[in-house]
Amino acid sequence: MSEAPAVTTTKEECWVPNILAFACNWCSYAGADLAGVSRLQYPPTVKILRVMCSSRVEPSFILKALKDGADGVLIAGCHIGDCHYIDGNKNAEIRINNTKKALEKLGLDKRLRLEWISASEGLRFSEVIKEFTDEIKKLGQNPVKEVKVNE
Amino acid sequence: MSDAKSAEKGVELKIGEEKRVGVFVCECGVNIGGVVNTKAVAEYIGTLPGVKVTSVNKFTCSDSGQADIQAKIKEHNLNRVVVAACSPKTHEPTFRACIEEMGLNQYFLEFVNIRDHCSWIHMWEKEKATEKAKDLIRMGVERAKLLEPLQASEVPVTDKALIIGAGVAGMQSALDLADMGFQVYLVEKEPSIGGRMARFDKVFPTNDCSICILGPKMVEVARNKNIKIMSYSEVKAVEGYVGNFNVKIEHKPRYLDVAKCTGCAKCSEVCPVEVPYDFNEGFGTRKAIYVPFPQAVPLRAVLDKENCISCKACAKACQSGAINYDMQPSFTDLNVGVIIGAVGFKTYDPEPRHDFGYGLYDNIITAMEFERLLNAAGPTGGHVVRPSDCKEPIRVGFVNCVGSRDKNTNIYCSGVCCMVTIKNAQLLKEKRPETDQTIMYIDIRTPFRGYEESYNRSRNLGVKFLRGRPVEVKEDPVTKNIKVRVEDTLAGEIRNLEFDLLVLATGIVPNEGIGQIQQLLKLSKAADGLLMEAHPKLKPVDTTIDGVFLAGCASGPKDIPYAVSQGSACAGRATILLKNKKAITEGITAVVNPDVCVGCEVCIPMCPFQAIKMDEKAGKANVVKALCKGCGTCVAACPTGALEQSHFKNNQILAQIKNVFKFQEVAA
Repeated sequence: MSEAPAVTTTKEECWVPNILAFACNWCSYAGADLAGVSRLQYPPTVKILRVMCSSRVEPSFILKALKDGADGVLIAGCHIGDCHYIDGNKNAEIRINNTKKALEKLGLDKRLRLEWISASEGLRFSEVIKEFTDEIKKLGQNPVKEVKVNE
Repeated sequence: MSDAKSAEKGVELKIGEEKRVGVFVCECGVNIGGVVNTKAVAEYIGTLPGVKVTSVNKFTCSDSGQADIQAKIKEHNLNRVVVAACSPKTHEPTFRACIEEMGLNQYFLEFVNIRDHCSWIHMWEKEKATEKAKDLIRMGVERAKLLEPLQASEVPVTDKALIIGAGVAGMQSALDLADMGFQVYLVEKEPSIGGRMARFDKVFPTNDCSICILGPKMVEVARNKNIKIMSYSEVKAVEGYVGNFNVKIEHKPRYLDVAKCTGCAKCSEVCPVEVPYDFNEGFGTRKAIYVPFPQAVPLRAVLDKENCISCKACAKACQSGAINYDMQPSFTDLNVGVIIGAVGFKTYDPEPRHDFGYGLYDNIITAMEFERLLNAAGPTGGHVVRPSDCKEPIRVGFVNCVGSRDKNTNIYCSGVCCMVTIKNAQLLKEKRPETDQTIMYIDIRTPFRGYEESYNRSRNLGVKFLRGRPVEVKEDPVTKNIKVRVEDTLAGEIRNLEFDLLVLATGIVPNEGIGQIQQLLKLSKAADGLLMEAHPKLKPVDTTIDGVFLAGCASGPKDIPYAVSQGSACAGRATILLKNKKAITEGITAVVNPDVCVGCEVCIPMCPFQAIKMDEKAGKANVVKALCKGCGTCVAACPTGALEQSHFKNNQILAQIKNVFKFQEVAA
């Protein structure tokens, strides 16, 4: 189990990144469920959006998320060879890598991540979130987002 | 009558009709309620546009929780329902049925996961978890407002079953299904059915002869008119979906005509080649052409081409002229409605790591090897001897948990090895009372009927139990005896013991080829390498793939009664589909808007199921709904936005994205 949240002092340390995760229904969403069932604590930085397959994620969704407030976007699908739809995840890989290249020009490529997480990898899911959160924390706030304050 | 009530299932609501959303927040006892402030969440969600009512329930899935949803649908004329609770994998069907009863289309339900994805993983961050729950539900509410009605579709089910693996679990499935009148194809990669159980000598806790109880079952399988045994065959390709799987089976060449072979084994008698006998765990030899074992079903010989020297002695000896050296693999295409995976297990191999000296010293064997030595039909005619000098051992040590409960190999408990060791020690003691057995264990686990009694019986027989794991195993170079240094953790002292023979109780590990079956059937593999069931408690033989079931050790270590129960359970689950002759599948598919489609054909190669065809006349793409599985890969590829994925439409996903971070806190 995780330790209690650390006492923070500075604004920078207070800042909690926002991550949107697109998780495929068959593997990664179930992997996130398993992390829950196993009570594997990870930071409350991520919100999961369920899609049937990682290949459903359009580059425009990623750009929209970055514009609308995401500091990081994670796409999680089945391992190559395990795709419920034979090879949807291979299409996802091509698409996400192309999107990453486009984002590179904007200096945002590190904010996009593609991971294969199976239904049995609850631990891996929680670890990916922890790692990605740390990485985004180092990068700081996403400079292009249109910041919205509490309404 | 309100619109919601009058809306027939699947009838599109009028465009521009007001969306009236009801949000039901579940506390799941304290699972959610103990972390997330559900009242505060409901209060906030109640302020969102379109939300007409919110409700907090201790257990929304309970009768009273569902009654609350139905009452509120009626009272507030709700036409969209958001349930914020556990995982949709658990209760989405429950709530879909619940709102459908009130005349709402079942796809007007949005399920938000605030337990597995929130309260359970942020147990110590209650405030943040509460804020996150608000965000997640807000996403759900905005999506719910855009949900459109869909029809789940029915697909016909071919009333035939494929069973992969003819061990005791697979045979049980086959017999049960066949007795219910369904055609069964039983595919086994080995030349005979029977699986691992055919190799055991006696089976615990009652120590009945394994092949004596398995043999009649094997014969029953062979005699059943509804079962087609495909031995020495493997599944090479699986296409299709529930009710309609197209399967390609490869029949490996036996190099003899099965119809002519009588199993007389005259060919074996004349064959000059001897190779280690795999059925006897490598002890003794078999010929290059051989009948797998005396009770084999089918009782037919098989030629092992790898070791054959083409002397053709067997062809001369065979009176029925069955031998055919030029045989090629043949293939059968099957169409089946359901598939049962009973792919079995193998035992952990201690050789590569030389666990407890195995492979380094002659007189260390595995429990499976011991089993064959005990067997009257085994290489020694039932005499347990030690490999170095073929003498019968007096002092026999047993080490439990080899390849189990060990972070260096497998962390899980294999469940059966304690009983295997207890049984083996008993059998040796009964055969030769002068022997002296010591079982070195971590814990003795005897959880089922008759197991504890068997444990007590072996202690009464004089088998010694020593709680401790050997820390050092050495061979005496002269006597070839095995010297073991072990801490007796109950007595708190180090013991130096000497054995004539040491037996390792090796654990259960995934069978060879399990990865191939996993990929062919699109199943998930767990961390232990075994296949995943749909739900560990409530759907132990189902998988996430409709129409595919798992029995026996494919999904975790099991003893024989458990494997047999699972075989029957699979048959029962499969019968639901086979008898109804239809399956309900999700209504989620890709849809083309012909007004926007420019016929660029980008989508066509994207589809893994060849579900998109060009309508040549109109010059537009067309989705064949029966083939479309609704993954959405084509939708993401469509450059014009003409393709949409129902239930995961662009506007629905974008509404979620737009609303996910609205509550973001900014350090300003």
